[in-house]
This record gives sequence, structure tokens and C-alpha cells, in this order.
Amino acid sequence: MDAFLENFNYIVYVVLMMIGLYAMISKNNLIKKLVGMTIFQSAIILFYVSIGAKEGAAIPILDHHQMHVAAAHDDHADTHKDKADTHEGEHADTKIHKADKHAAGAHSNHTSAEHASTHTDKLEAPHAGEHGDHDGHHGSSEINPAKFSNPIPHVLMLTAIVVGVSTLGVALSIVQRVHQGYGSIEEDDILNQIGPNTDG
Amino acid sequence: MRVKPIKVFALLAVICVGSLLLSAMGDFPAFGDPNSPANAGQLATHYITQVRVETKVPNIVTAVLADYRGFDTMFETVVILVAGLAILAILRRPACESSRRFAEIAAMKSHVDLIQVTTCRLLIPVIQLFALYVIAHGHHSPGGGFQGGVILGASFILMALVNGLRATLLRFSEKKALFLSAVGVIIFAGTGLICMLLGGNFLDYEVLHQILPYTDPVMARSHAMLIVEIGVAFTVMSIMFLIYAVLSSGGEMEGGL
Amino acid sequence: MADQIPVLIILAPLFGGILVLLLGLRYRSVCFPIAVASLGVSLFSALHTFRTVLLEGPQRYFLSGWERGGGFAVGIEYRIDQINGLVLIMIAFVALLSVIHSRSRVSVETPAKVPQVYILSLLLVSGLLGMTITNDAFNLYVLLEISSLSSYALIAIGSRRSALSAFNYVIMGTIGASFLLLGVGYLFIQTGTLNMQDIHGALMAEGLINAPSIKVALMLILIGLWIKMGLFPLHGWLPNAYSYAPSATGTLMGPLVTKVMIYIMIRMMVSVFGIDFLYEQLAWTKPVSLLASIAIIGGSFLAVSQTDLRKMLCYLIVAEVGYMVGGAWVGNLNGMTGAIYHILGDALMTLCLFFVVGIVVAKTGEHRLSAFKGLFKSMPLTMVCFVVVALAMIGLPPTCGFFSKWYLVRGGLEAGQYPFVIALLISSLVNAVIFFRLIEFAYFQSPDSDTAEAHGAHGESGAHGDEGEHSATAHAHTPVPMKVYRVDPDLDADSIITEVPWGMKAPLLIVAACLLLLGIFNSTVTAWIADGLKGVGF
Repeated sequence: MDAFLENFNYIVYVVLMMIGLYAMISKNNLIKKLVGMTIFQSAIILFYVSIGAKEGAAIPILDHHQMHVAAAHDDHADTHKDKADTHEGEHADTKIHKADKHAAGAHSNHTSAEHASTHTDKLEAPHAGEHGDHDGHHGSSEINPAKFSNPIPHVLMLTAIVVGVSTLGVALSIVQRVHQGYGSIEEDDILNQIGPNTDG
Repeated sequence: MRVKPIKVFALLAVICVGSLLLSAMGDFPAFGDPNSPANAGQLATHYITQVRVETKVPNIVTAVLADYRGFDTMFETVVILVAGLAILAILRRPACESSRRFAEIAAMKSHVDLIQVTTCRLLIPVIQLFALYVIAHGHHSPGGGFQGGVILGASFILMALVNGLRATLLRFSEKKALFLSAVGVIIFAGTGLICMLLGGNFLDYEVLHQILPYTDPVMARSHAMLIVEIGVAFTVMSIMFLIYAVLSSGGEMEGGL
Repeated sequence: MADQIPVLIILAPLFGGILVLLLGLRYRSVCFPIAVASLGVSLFSALHTFRTVLLEGPQRYFLSGWERGGGFAVGIEYRIDQINGLVLIMIAFVALLSVIHSRSRVSVETPAKVPQVYILSLLLVSGLLGMTITNDAFNLYVLLEISSLSSYALIAIGSRRSALSAFNYVIMGTIGASFLLLGVGYLFIQTGTLNMQDIHGALMAEGLINAPSIKVALMLILIGLWIKMGLFPLHGWLPNAYSYAPSATGTLMGPLVTKVMIYIMIRMMVSVFGIDFLYEQLAWTKPVSLLASIAIIGGSFLAVSQTDLRKMLCYLIVAEVGYMVGGAWVGNLNGMTGAIYHILGDALMTLCLFFVVGIVVAKTGEHRLSAFKGLFKSMPLTMVCFVVVALAMIGLPPTCGFFSKWYLVRGGLEAGQYPFVIALLISSLVNAVIFFRLIEFAYFQSPDSDTAEAHGAHGESGAHGDEGEHSATAHAHTPVPMKVYRVDPDLDADSIITEVPWGMKAPLLIVAACLLLLGIFNSTVTAWIADGLKGVGF
């Protein structure tokens, strides 16, 4: 049961993907196949974005305070990346925005992050200013990689979403062309019109 | 009720593929684990910690998108361009007799609703201003060329829905849209080309500090990212509207929804 | 500036496409020169880069200027070694010849869409070139999608039947590309990087290579690529898509797309997963070789049963894909060398076949096998080239087909993959049947008298577009007699069917000559390939 809960994002995406795949293969109506294709691609996007989620992490945008720092601080930040663990994650930033405006299904990310933040709001005050605290108003301007979501899946999925939309657009125009040519978008109807072996 | 063989085959295929995918599940890191190889890996950590030193752009996603993996983004822009061209190539045809007759009949009924027109007259400039804000603030907040370009395109689609496709095409014609989309890609690829001419590799923005005034090599990266994001926005805006125009009018660009 | 030449390979067709977009929509006549010029620049850059690789070893090019900082790749990099240098030259060369040859066909079959065809073709070639040269797994996916989108559109531009085939291609192609993306995602989860070399390093270093998720990733990537390359039984989209497409599109895509996908599979196998893992630890060589043998036999027998020339060509492509997949998976250097050499040779062979079939269909208006009857008298040069490519497909020296079969058979015997060897031999026999039948038609029979009625039947069904016969004759801008109307069966074929103009003939002759050259210089080429394979740790 624990393994199921830990990895439920994978199960969700597999189920979605299989729904989409089933629709793509078995549906008769061309538009329904395209709906299946969209579901299929959305599941892959969901999968990738869920990879980048980190417990208690915020969006990968640096704070104003963290931007202006001397290069010497970066050595500190480097040593931090090995110590990143869930304990540090509990001292999460109070201002947790919507973590990812691109992800379709990152809700689970939000709720777990907000859980951590509401938990730690009460712990925040006595621990303010601690090393690695990601608080823009006061405290150090170290960058703790564990406090930021992994930016790479977001970047990749920006591209994948764009590619998916483009493919959908081209596919829709092909369906319109088929409809203009055959008068129908039901596959068996079209195949009946074509007949067994002509070039129709 | 007979079960069609294709549905049985589809179900079998789905079960096979699904179990294949789920079989690897035990191996994967737990959801939200900050120490997973992807999250704690060298590449992600490098991006998060070094982006302020190497590019001075707070939004790590924009920095990776427009600079570190800028080449991918250029081709993504080309993907959108190809999609628009493809849809035009597949569907575009001169308006034939039957649809022109329909257009005359449709024009006799008034499709323009006063409430919608007035509301949109107020809303659309604000939407477009917001889109420009999203493009310009891509460095500091979630945003960037794609997002802003889609909002701009959506504003034109809104105009077409409310005022009619013909009225919108008078303002933003097909030729203009194609030209702007090409300009967008030229801005992006041209920036890369200029970098090459100045001695760096393709899309190596650092060498642009030689021609951009008052910048050092790192700020040149930040500025060049804005330039390429503007290029992306041009292309996305034009192609989004073009796709809508072609698909909603069946390629004839006369009637529309 | 000279070290910027590798990136010109991809940039030239890209800029060419944008230029055609800006100028070609208004001034039709600039489309062709721009296309030829950009492909020429690309070919020259590919040749220059290959020469640099031969002199200095594998080259790297770092885009956006991000070199490998701290031992891992931060940006996107290109890597050119002997193998993909050869494949790059092949792609640019085939594309250039195809564009030159199909010039008149484009204006005949899709007169309203000429600039669009050129733009999409240039972007397709740019995507294929980029796929071959890149060293980044996600960049591979983006470029794959560029070439896929352009190919969907290029196919759908034709008749309504081609639009339907394009739709099936979209569905299957998306499944294939998405599986590839998913496989890359699995690799990313476990290694945290997207650069092919770094992925390999991470897999080796941490012993990850034995994890079940990596095996699943490999399977997903393979299945995705097999769908895109048309390996039997995942080839369902290929025959319809390539035979109903406009002939210019078929000529460009047929020789190129499947071969590039095969190269990508080899690249993934060798650079990302590593040959030791694949051949020794996984023990997948037997099942995959068996699959390849089934593909070869299935493709060959389906080809021999076809009566339509272009469908027959498509099934021959399917069989050839089986050769290359089998060669890559037999499990030794000879097989892999044979597979890569066959990529080069098969691209040229398929191009030559598409040229010949295109010329025959254009001149006689027929696309059944009987179109070949008596053509030796009227089109001797074309038929001579056809004989050369027939010998290559069957596998007779000194054409390249013989040497690739030689390496593949040797590899198969060494590895003990007997089903593969038997399939290769059966396929040669079947090819012999197909091609000798056509040669017999061409040399020993005279054209049918029922050709005229067949024209009427085929003209309406519009194999090449909805325009029909009338526009074909009206819009052809080269003086090519398009249809043969036989009123008197005693009329000599000479006086009606003549040889095609040099714009279509010259590329055909060049390709046929290359088939012979590639065969004669096979030892040089295979030495280069072997060097390249050793450079990646074979």
C-alpha cells in the first residue's frame, strides 16, 4: 500500500495513457481518435512534470534577494546540494504560488507542498534566519536546490505541449480534408466508400 | 451485440503496454523526492545554482528554455510555423460558389451582438497589454514568448468570434500573419546568425555584448533572451490566429464561425 | 568561421524554407532555385565536415556556446563522427537529387501548392539532418516532430485518399514519437541528464543498466522507433502513405525517413545503452533477429503479390527495413557494419527505384506492373538504370547491394542467427522474381493495346491528385507528353513515348552511378564505418 501511495503519480499517468491509446486504436470516429491522442499526450506531459516535483519546494524562480549575491556565496550553495533532504524541505517558503501553470495535473504537487507549508508556518518563526532558509524578506540569500522544483521537466514539457498542439492542429485539418473529400468522418463509412481495392 | 475485433485487439494492446509500463514502477523514485537522480542530479543543480551568475535571469525555466536549451526552443518555434503552414497547405482553397452564396445569406442576418461587441472593445486592448506584459516579464515571473504569444493570438480569435472572421481578416490578413510568423523565426534564427558572425557559436549570446550598448557578456545573455522571446511571440501569435481562421472557415477564409 | 560549418548543415535548409516562405508565395519561380541552393550548401557543409572528421576525429559543436562544464553537458551539443557524417552526406545528397528530379512533378500534381511543398520539403530535410547530428535526446524528439509534421502535411496535400492515409500516419506516428519521448523520460528519471553521452556515463557508472526501468525504457524507445521506421508488423501506415502521396513527396520521403529512423535506433543502441549491455547481458539478439527475419519475409512476399508499382515499392522498403534492423541486432561488428552500409546503399537504391517508377508512371500514365512493357525501346537510358538498381536489390556484384548482403550474411553466420541468413537469401530470390519480371516486360514485350482503356479508368480515380487528366496536360511546363493514347495498336511505341527531359534523367543517372561507385569502393566505406563504431566503443 505504501508503494502504491508513493508512486501513485505513475499509476495515474499509465491509466490515462492507456485510455488515450485505447481510444486512438479502437474508436471509429476520427475526431474521437484525436481526442484519444490528446489524452495520450497529456498523460506523458503529466508524467514528466510529476518527475520534477519536490516535497516542499517552490517554483523555480529566484527571489529578488537571491539574485544579488557575490560569487563567494555560490560555494556555500554548492555544498548545500548534497545535504538537501526532506527535513530541510519542511522549512518551506510561506509564499507558495501555484507551482506550475503549465502542468495539467500538478494538483497533487500543490496539496503536498501546501501541507508542508501550513505545517511549517508554525515552526517558521523560531527557525527564521537558519542556514538555507528560503525566505526573501530576511535571512541569507543562499540557494538551496531542494527548495526549487526541478526546472528541466518544465522546459521539456513546454516544448512537448507546443508540439502536441501543433500535431492536433494538423490532424484536425486532415480530418476536415477527409470530410470534404468523403462526406463523413466515420472510418467504416469511408472504407465502405473506398471499396475493396480501388484507388478512390 | 457482437464485439468488433479491433476493440479486442486494442484492449489487448493496451493491457500489454500498460503492464509493461507499470512493471518498471517499483524502480522509480517516490513522488516528490528531492533526492531522486533527476532532481538532485548535476544538471538540475547546476541550473538552479548557476543561473544567476551565468545569465542574471531569475526565472530558471526561461533561462534554460531561451539560453541553455535555446536551440530546442528555436526548433519548437519552427514546429509551430510548420503546423501553420501545413494547415494552410492542406486546407486552403479559394472560396467556391456554394460557400459564397452561404456567406451572402449569412450576412443578411446580423451576427454581431451589441453586448459582445462593446465588451470586447473594452477587453481586447487590456488582454493584449497583459500579453505584452507576460512576454516582457518572462524573466521575472512565469511567462515568456509562448505564453504571451498565445494570449495575443487568443485576443485575435476573440475578435473573430465576436466581430466575424471577415472583419478580423481585414485587420490581420493571412498575408500579414504569414509574414509576421516568418519574421518571428527570422528574429530567433537571425540572432543566432549574428552571434555566429560575431565569432561565437550559433545562439551564443555572450558575443552580442559587442553590439548591444552598455552590456557585459552576462547581461547580453539576458537581453538576447528577451529578443528571442519576442520573436517566438510573433510566430505563436500569428500562427494561432491563422490556424483558427483556416480551421473555422474550412480553408476558405470567408465565412467562419 | 570554419568551425561553424557543422551547424550550417542544418541551418541552410531551415533558412531556405523561410526564404521560400517570404518570397515564394508571390514569386513562384524562386522556389526551386532557393531549394536547390540551400540543399547544395547543406551538402557542401556535410562533405566538409566529414572531411574534418576523417582528418581530426569526431567533432563536437556546442550550441549556445555552453561547453561541457565540470564534465557534463550543460547545453545542447552536436557530435559528428564517421558514421553520422556519412549519413548526413547521404541525406543531403538524396534530398538534392530528389528535388531536382521532381521539379516538374510538383507543378503538375499540386499546382496550387507549389511554394508550400518546397517549404515543407526543406523543413523536413532540416529535421532529418538535425536528428542525425544531435547528441541530445530531447532535441532528437523535437526534430523528429518537425520532420513528422512536415511529412503529414506533404502527404495530405494530394487527393482525398492521401488525406486518409495521412490521418492513419498521424495516429501511428504520434504513438511512435510519444513512446520515444516516454523512453527518454524514463532515462531522465534515472540519470538526470539528457545528453546521450552523459546518459551512457550515468548508466554505466551507477550500475543502473540492470534496472528494470532501463529495460522498459529501451523497449519503449525501440517500439517507438520501429513504428516510425515501418518494421513489420508495425508498418501499417507505410504502404498507403507513400503510394497515395504525390510523387514528389514519395520520392523525397521514401528513401530518407525510414533510413534515418534506423540510424537513430543504431545511435541509441550504441551511444546511449552500449553494445555490451545489449548484446551480452540482454540476450535480445535472437528474438529481434527473428522479428527482423519475419519482417524481411513478410515484406518480400507482400511485395511480390502487388500489382501496383508504388505499393510494390513500399513493401520492398518494408523488407529492406528488416535487413537493417536484423543487421544491427545480430550481435557483431560485421552485422552492424553491414546494417550501416546498407542504410547508405538502400537510400540510393530506393531513390533510384522511385525515380524510375515515377518516370514510368508519368510517361505511360499507368501504374500497374504492365506499364513497363516495351519500355526498353522508348526509354533505353531509364531502363539501363533500372537494370542497375535491379541488380543492386537482388544483390549482385559490383553494386552496393551485393556487399551489404555480404556483410549481413557474414554477420549472421558468425553470430549463429540462421533464420536471418535464410530470410536474406529468400528475399534475394523473391527480389529476383520481381525484378526479372519487370525487366522481361521492358525488354521482351511490347506495350499493351489495352493501355488506352486503362488510362480512362485510372485517370478518374486520380492516383496523383484530384486534378485529373486535363490539368495534367494543361499545366505541365516541361514538354513531356503525359498520356499515351493508343488508337492504333500497330503504331510503334517509339513515336509516342519518348525519353524524359534531362532534369529528370540526370539525377537518375547520377544515382545509378553512385550505386556502382558505392559498391566498388565498399572497402573504404566499411573501413570508415568500422572506425566510427570503434570510436563509440564497439
